Amino acid sequence: MSHATGHTLPAGEHTVTGISHNRLLMWTFLASDCMFFGSLIWVYFAYRGRYFEGPYPREVLDIPYTSVSAAVLLLSSFAIVMALTALERADMRGFRGWLLGTILLGALFLGGQYYEFTTFYHEGLTLTSNLFGTTFFVLTGFHGTHVFIGIVWLLVQWLLSLFGKLTPAHVERFFVTTLYWHFVDIVWIIIFMLVYLMPY
Amino acid sequence: MHEHPTAHAQPGPATWVRVLILLTIATILEVLTYVFESTLGVLTAPILMIFAAVKFVLVVAYYMHLKFDNRILTGIFAWGMLIAISIFAAMAAIYHIYGQPLLTP
Repeated sequence: MSHATGHTLPAGEHTVTGISHNRLLMWTFLASDCMFFGSLIWVYFAYRGRYFEGPYPREVLDIPYTSVSAAVLLLSSFAIVMALTALERADMRGFRGWLLGTILLGALFLGGQYYEFTTFYHEGLTLTSNLFGTTFFVLTGFHGTHVFIGIVWLLVQWLLSLFGKLTPAHVERFFVTTLYWHFVDIVWIIIFMLVYLMPY
Repeated sequence: MHEHPTAHAQPGPATWVRVLILLTIATILEVLTYVFESTLGVLTAPILMIFAAVKFVLVVAYYMHLKFDNRILTGIFAWGMLIAISIFAAMAAIYHIYGQPLLTP
């Protein structure tokens, strides 16, 4: 059995670095995704405050609402790390419970984003209404897409565990999934601070 | 099975709860910083960045296990972050040179 938090390779896997291929690949992908989101955040900042027409950010952004969304995503990170611990301890019932909790929290965040987007749309902010709309929807939209992919991935893992295809022997495989989910969370930490809270 | 002798003590649920409490406190303080923006003035932006950095590091170090994992992985992730931040800094400098600093209202 592999241990996610230690430096142990899954049985039968041998690498020069002592790191599993999946883990190394995921961290490399996440490093490249940093650059991807870095460029999107940069574009948002390049046009920040250079909007020739409304609606302007302070007119539409709902900070209390988004603060709750941010808390929901942070809570989902906690839930998935608890799921990982349960899997390491071969507690499959606990694992499925925490994993389902993570999926529901992710869905709640995504539903909240859908509500936010439709509210903005009704207030006149669209992808083409002004530079704020374009940069905001592209940045948060790509993040939402990442969350959606994460939810689908977690749902597959939950179903696999239900049919006995994901067992404590697959800790390393699940650990790699958790890395992706936490990354989605840390990207939101940055977006929440820079887009929503940063003063104009 | 191949095991490295440098494996660290593995954290458990108690650590995850402590990290969650810290993340919650940092988020509340972040929002309060936003609420008291007019009082804090120019300090608002750096304070927000510090709280976000604390949250970022807590998630990466503990929930993503980077603190307990192979240093090579820290290097790979830091490299990606460094390139992203460098591009951001270079573009900000170019904007500043051409008289269009970022964060202008």
